[in-house]
Amino acid sequence: MKQEVATLGSAARSRTSEAPAQIAARRRRVEAVSERVLEWLIRLCGVSAILFVFGIFFFVFREGVGLLFGDFSLRKFLFSTEWYPTSHSNVRYGVLALLAGTASVTVTAMLIAVPFGLGAAIFVSEFCGKRTKESLKVVIELLAAIPSVVWGFIGISVMNPLIQDVFHVPVGLNVLNGALLLALMSVPIMVSIGEDALKAVPDSFREAATALGATRWQVVYKVLVPAAKNGLLAAVLLGVGRAVGETMAVLMATGHAVNIPHSVFDPVRTLTATIAAELGEASVGSPHYQVLFLVGILLFSITFVVNLSADLIVKGVRKG
Amino acid sequence: MTKYAHALRIGGVALLALGLFGASCKKKIDPSEATPAGSGAAVDDNKKESIQNIGSDTMVNLAQAWAEEYSKVAPNVSVEVSGGGSGVGIAALINGTASVANASRRLEPEETEKAKKQSGKEPKEFMVGYDGLAIYVNKQNPIEEISLEDLAEIYREGGKFNKWSDLGVKGIPGAKSDEIIRISRQNNSGTYQYFREAVVGKKNDYKAGSLDMNGSKEVVELVAKTAGAIGYSGLGYATPDVKIVKVAKKKGEPAIVPSIATVLDKTYPISRPLFMYTPGEPDRAVHKYLEWIMSDAGQKIVEKTGYVPLSKK
Repeated sequence: MKQEVATLGSAARSRTSEAPAQIAARRRRVEAVSERVLEWLIRLCGVSAILFVFGIFFFVFREGVGLLFGDFSLRKFLFSTEWYPTSHSNVRYGVLALLAGTASVTVTAMLIAVPFGLGAAIFVSEFCGKRTKESLKVVIELLAAIPSVVWGFIGISVMNPLIQDVFHVPVGLNVLNGALLLALMSVPIMVSIGEDALKAVPDSFREAATALGATRWQVVYKVLVPAAKNGLLAAVLLGVGRAVGETMAVLMATGHAVNIPHSVFDPVRTLTATIAAELGEASVGSPHYQVLFLVGILLFSITFVVNLSADLIVKGVRKG
Repeated sequence: MTKYAHALRIGGVALLALGLFGASCKKKIDPSEATPAGSGAAVDDNKKESIQNIGSDTMVNLAQAWAEEYSKVAPNVSVEVSGGGSGVGIAALINGTASVANASRRLEPEETEKAKKQSGKEPKEFMVGYDGLAIYVNKQNPIEEISLEDLAEIYREGGKFNKWSDLGVKGIPGAKSDEIIRISRQNNSGTYQYFREAVVGKKNDYKAGSLDMNGSKEVVELVAKTAGAIGYSGLGYATPDVKIVKVAKKKGEPAIVPSIATVLDKTYPISRPLFMYTPGEPDRAVHKYLEWIMSDAGQKIVEKTGYVPLSKK
C-alpha cells in the first residue's frame, strides 16, 4: 500500500512539476490521511461481523438460558417426543420429534442434492463447452435467487398432489416434499463451490493424466475428484448448513406435524418451523418463549458445527 | 420472527407518529382546512386517524371487509388489519401495540392480569359476531355426520380412532390408505384452543402427528387436496371443493348442519363468539368504529363474509 502511495505521489509530482514543493507535500499528507481512514473503515467492517455474531449469540443465549436453572429437565427436552407447549393440563417440551424432523429432511435432501450438485459441478467445470457453461451458470444462479416462500408455495400446490399420485401415499406434505425443495435450494451452492474447487486443481494434473492415456472420465474420478476432495466436501457441508437452517419452505411443505417419521412419506415438523410458527405468540419471558430460544440455541449449535467443519476442511484445501 | 414482529411494531408506531405529525402540521399551516363548511363541530373528524387491528386469523377476512367498508363510511380513519392468530393479537394487546385486538376466544384471566400489569388498564371486551366451526372432509368422503365423541376419539391424545374404518367409513375413493389424516391448527390459534375446549376436552391434549396449518384457509385447502383428511375451520372458509359434515352433540342425537340459523339458536354444538378487545376504554375513533361494527351496516358484512351476525335484540 505504501508503495502505491509513493508511485501516486510521484505521478502527481511529475504532472505538476512547476508547482511549489509545498503543494506536493500537502497532497501527500492528504493522501496518507485518507488512506489511513479508509484502512480503519475497512477494519471496522471486518470486526463488526465478529461483533454481530457474538451479539446474536449472546442475545439468544440470554433469552433461553434462564430456563436451565429452574426445575427444567434438559434430558426430557432432548429425549422426549412430546411437544405440548400450550397444554392446559400438562405442558411438555420435548424436541426429539422436531430434531428427528430436521434430521430426516436434511439427510433426505442431501441424498438427492449431493449427486446432482457434485455431478453438475463436474459437468460445468470439466465437460461442457464455454457457452453452455456460461448459460448454465446463469440458470443455476437464478435457482439460488428464488425466495424460499416461493419454494414452499410450489411444495404445497405442485409437489403435494404430485407426490400423492406418483407414490400412492395419503399425504403429499411430507419429508420427501420438503427434502426435494431443500435439495433444489442447496444445489446452486454446491455447484458454485464445487466448481471453484475443481477449477483450483492445477491444469498440470489434467495434462499429466491425459498424457498417461487416461480417458476424460478417468481423469475426473481418478485425479480431479481426489485432488479437490476437500473443496467438494466443503460444498456439501455448506449445502447441509443451508438445509438445516431453512425455515419457510419446510414449514409449508413438510406438513408441520410433530412426529418421528418412519418413512420419507410421513409428515414432520422441523426445529426452524417450530420457532417460526410459535414465537410470535409466546409472551416475552414465558417458559414457552424461553424454550423456543433454547431450540434456537440447539439450532445454532448444529449449524455452527456444520459450518466450522466446512471451514476447517476448506483450510485443509489451502494447505494441500 | 420476534425481530420481524418487533420491526412491524416499530414500523406501526412510526407510521402512527408520522400520521399524527402530518395531521398536526397540516392544521398549523392551513387552519381553515380543518373546518370545512357543514361539519362545524367535528373539527377532530378531519384528523387522519389510524387504528391498528391485529389478531385472530379466523377473523382476518371479516376484519378486512369491515376495514374496507369503513373507509367509505369514515374516509379519515384508516384501519390497518393484520392476522397472525388470536394469540398474536392478545400479545399485541398486552404489549400495547394494538388499538383493537381480534380474538376468536375469550381472554384468559392470566392474560387480563398481564395486560393490567403492563399498561394499568383493563382490556375491554366487545362481542362482534359468531362463528360456526365446521368439520371439513374431502369431497370424495362418503361420511355424512359425526358426533362430538367420535371427533374427540380422532383428535384426543390417546383417542381410539385412527382409521376411517373405525368410524364405519369404508373405501374413500382416491384415498391411498385407511388412515385418518388429521388436520389441525398451530397452537397459538384461537381456533385450536376453542376446539380443544369444545371437542378434545379442556384437560386433554391433541394427538401428536396432526398436520398443523398456519391459517384457516390452509386447512380447507389441504382437506380439498387430501382424500383421507379431516379438519376443522371457520364456516366462512367453506369452498365448493370440500364437504361439510353434520355434527351431533351426542351419538344418537340428530346431526346438525352448521348455518347462521343453527349457530344462532345454539343447536349446532361447535360455535363460538368472536371478540374484539381494546386496551382500556377505547378512544373516540375506535369507539365509533366498534359502534359501527355492531350496527346493522357492520353486521351485514358479517353475514356477507360467511360468519354469523349477532342476534337482534
